[in-house]
Amino acid sequence: MPLTLALLIFWLVLGGVIAWATGRLGKDVPRWVSLITLFIHMIGLIVLWIQFMNAGGAAQGQRWYLELNLPWIPQWGISFYLALDGVSLLLILLSSFLGIMAVLASWSGITYRIGFFHFNLLWILAAIVGIFLAEDLFLFYFFWEMMLIPLYFLIGIWGHENRVYATLKFFIFTQASSLFMLLAIVGLYIVHGQATGVYTFNYNVLLGASKAVAPNVAFWLMLGFFIAFAVKLPLFPFHTWLPDAHTEAPTAGSVDLAGLVLKVGAYGFLRFLIPLFPQAAFAFAPVAMTLAVIGIIYGAVVAYGQTDLKRLVAFTSVSHMGFVLLGIFAWNQLALQGAMMVMLAHGVTTGALFILVGDMGDRLHTRDINQMGGLWPVVPRISGFSQFFAVATLGLPGLGNFVGEILVLFGAWRVSPLLTVIATLGFIFSTVYALWMIQAAFFGKNIHNWKLAPSTPREIGIMVVMALTVLWLGLYPQTFLNTAQKALEALQQQTPRPAAAAQEVGALAAPQKTVGVEQQQQH
Amino acid sequence: MTGNAILALLPLIISGGAAVLIMVVISFIRSHRLALALTLIALAAAFASLWLTGGAATGQVTGLLIVDGYSRFFMGLFFAAAFTIALLSYGYLARRAGPREEYYVLLLLATFGAAVLAASSHFASFFLGLEILSVSLYALIAYTRASRFSVEAAIKYLVLAGASSAFLLFGMALVYSQAGSMQFSAMANLRSQAGTAGEPVLLAGMAMLIVGFGFKLAVVPFHLWTPDVYEGAPAPVTAFVATVSKGGMFALLLRYFIAVDVRAFPSLFVVFALIAVASMLAGNLLALLQNNVKRVLAYSSIAHLGYLLVAFLAAGPAAGAAGRGAGTAQAGTAQAGIVAVTFYLTAYFVTTLAAFGVMTVLSTGERDLDGITDYRGLYWRRPWSAGILTVALFSLAGLPLTAGFVGKFYIITAAIGSALWFLVIILVIGSAIGLYYYLRIMVTMFMQAEVSEAGQLPPAAAPSLSWAGEIALAALLLAILWLGIYPGPLINLIQAAAGRL
Repeated sequence: MPLTLALLIFWLVLGGVIAWATGRLGKDVPRWVSLITLFIHMIGLIVLWIQFMNAGGAAQGQRWYLELNLPWIPQWGISFYLALDGVSLLLILLSSFLGIMAVLASWSGITYRIGFFHFNLLWILAAIVGIFLAEDLFLFYFFWEMMLIPLYFLIGIWGHENRVYATLKFFIFTQASSLFMLLAIVGLYIVHGQATGVYTFNYNVLLGASKAVAPNVAFWLMLGFFIAFAVKLPLFPFHTWLPDAHTEAPTAGSVDLAGLVLKVGAYGFLRFLIPLFPQAAFAFAPVAMTLAVIGIIYGAVVAYGQTDLKRLVAFTSVSHMGFVLLGIFAWNQLALQGAMMVMLAHGVTTGALFILVGDMGDRLHTRDINQMGGLWPVVPRISGFSQFFAVATLGLPGLGNFVGEILVLFGAWRVSPLLTVIATLGFIFSTVYALWMIQAAFFGKNIHNWKLAPSTPREIGIMVVMALTVLWLGLYPQTFLNTAQKALEALQQQTPRPAAAAQEVGALAAPQKTVGVEQQQQH
Repeated sequence: MTGNAILALLPLIISGGAAVLIMVVISFIRSHRLALALTLIALAAAFASLWLTGGAATGQVTGLLIVDGYSRFFMGLFFAAAFTIALLSYGYLARRAGPREEYYVLLLLATFGAAVLAASSHFASFFLGLEILSVSLYALIAYTRASRFSVEAAIKYLVLAGASSAFLLFGMALVYSQAGSMQFSAMANLRSQAGTAGEPVLLAGMAMLIVGFGFKLAVVPFHLWTPDVYEGAPAPVTAFVATVSKGGMFALLLRYFIAVDVRAFPSLFVVFALIAVASMLAGNLLALLQNNVKRVLAYSSIAHLGYLLVAFLAAGPAAGAAGRGAGTAQAGTAQAGIVAVTFYLTAYFVTTLAAFGVMTVLSTGERDLDGITDYRGLYWRRPWSAGILTVALFSLAGLPLTAGFVGKFYIITAAIGSALWFLVIILVIGSAIGLYYYLRIMVTMFMQAEVSEAGQLPPAAAPSLSWAGEIALAALLLAILWLGIYPGPLINLIQAAAGRL
């Protein structure tokens, strides 16, 4: 049974190799191979999820629902240690789901080196699943870096005109920042080893390490992690690689970037940075939260200024991920649940928007919003779905993003009312850019006389599935909240927020509880 | 000389004797294949004899050489590298005009010199080994005499190597005047010289030794020959210069300065630290400006030697405290530093050989494939070669799944363990800069080769891969991935070997 965890990764690795190897048999073969691989992966995950829900998460007194611990490089205390809890499970589900969507979305768009394309796609997913499962810091770093290489090829080979510049920028930004994390990981390993005599990269063991570390050392180590995660997230002002990478990436690459790679950064904050260095992290929280709020506003405002549709969607990610970080650093149940919901909802909606932009790009051969206008009668289905996902992204109640963002705001209010108020302004700006995008692209007169091919059943199918998922997230978030709840509580118990901050919000905490989420807390 | 001593020296005897044997054979039968076969057999036999003699004899053999786990490991590494280079060279030489057989004699001699370096424990054997290596290299670098660059590179190397040998000799003399012995084992006495009247002489001697070491290792500021020699030498010889020649010197450097204990001389420590920092920064920054792949790799090798020096310094200062490093998993001890250096060197060998190996098998009879534009669209024309080069570049850049990643990780662990924070941060900055030029080569390879459709294809399309080169490249690829994914066994082997240094 614990071997399932390894299988979740190696199944994708294997599928990728097969897709590459069968590339020469025909254009459709690797497509089917990767689709079937991911489909089986998804089915396996759903079975796992059902079992997880029936069991009510991890057993009493256990941190993990499943774990697998094999020696790998024993000389350094490195093990192949995978573990699954609710948070990991949700994010892996998202990965597998978006993987299927990405394969379907690039079914006809990718016309050369199809085998290698699907190899890269599946290996990105394998590495991301690995990141969500790894509970050994070395292994985590290993997957963290492994993710970049296929992503680099994906953008560099199948990207748009300016892809060389974009890949270089993306790669150097992320890689350079990861190296600082590597320093911090090794630093933590050695400091912990010197203090306790136990040299290990095991997450469970290192959790208590920060007590043994001098505060100033802990701060620097925390900063090493912070830079790596902040670049991936991306947190303002480390976000500049993101619009370029998104814009130049093929549709599948954009879906993976927005849906999954950014989540990896958020996951890092949630799983590693705060639990490993609680004092340093909470001391740093005001800075992080301020940057998150700046990101929320900045991303939304800049998105409004874009004429490239893909760039516009890319900047909205900066804004949404700001909410995630705000929620994580607020570090209470409401905010953490909210951050998880934003991650899931943002993954699906932004993924869908990128696929729609890709569909339009295939037809129009431009992403310039000024070249569009009046497209609704021309491509009614694409337009309708764009409208749907645009209002989802602006946070319309009933759709996924709303649930997440509102929970984050409730949770953050307890920690910093001022920042919360400013973050709320993000809703206004996101309404502006989302409606402006729809207005400019689909309404008005078709002055350029576009005549476009209608949507194919494949395109409509993708959109229907994604729209239903967003509705599920928005109308019955309880499924997802329940899945993550135990894991988030365990994280919080492991690392309580310092008392000072809790008192400050004590008076305001009570009325907030009435909002819907209370029932879930009573479960 | 006892039978035991002969047994212990068997690897050296085989490799040295084989050079003479082949020289004799080719004066009767000129056959490229035969020369290659004899070389391969000799290297394989030398390699095998390391195992055969493993249990029989360990320790000082004569006053000059020491055969222990450490020197055996490095000899094995050199023999294996030379074996690979011989395989790679076969197709390369076959495409070229001119005599081919003497190449293998020189290759064996140079390998023999490097092996002597790894085993020497005395200034005399050190110098002899070094000169055997260098003299063979002069001829190897100029082996394609028709090429102007080749001859220029050889002369440049000759003059500078001569000068550095002079420094080295003078340095040895000065150190000898203070230590009273040329045995490395006597160098421990030098520690007591710290702070006495003899110290300036001693330090001057050490400084001159460092010049000699620095030249051979091509670290800043003794690196000026590197790009020209890399560019001018035939590709397989460049691979040799980059790996075996530097590896031999580094093996000796480590042995010597562990004996001296750099920690006892803060000024030496600072000098090495400065050299390391300068190499990491200058190597990486200058590589950015190059348009020739060989030159890029030359500057990148300067940076890599800088990384190695960081691990070397991690090994040095903690040497006195080796006692606390009894546990195998403990970082920050002398052993961790030595093992880190050895592991990184092994990873660097495999990676560099793969990179130059691809270049070797793709080079034509007229010129080496070293312009960056030659690689445009290589992936679409020769996915196999381009794939190996990509993996090698990833390994040089230190990305996971490759040997370079584990090596770099090990260096960082050892350096942080010794609290060399400043050096580690420079290392990280250097690696980040390095990404750019490695990626640049990769990006070029993955560009759509529109040019090729137009028919002005660079010569890369011409040669077919020779079977020997293919085997060598496949083995190197496997080695890079194996060391990157499952390094445990090699670490065990190195720990067992280096523990006895």
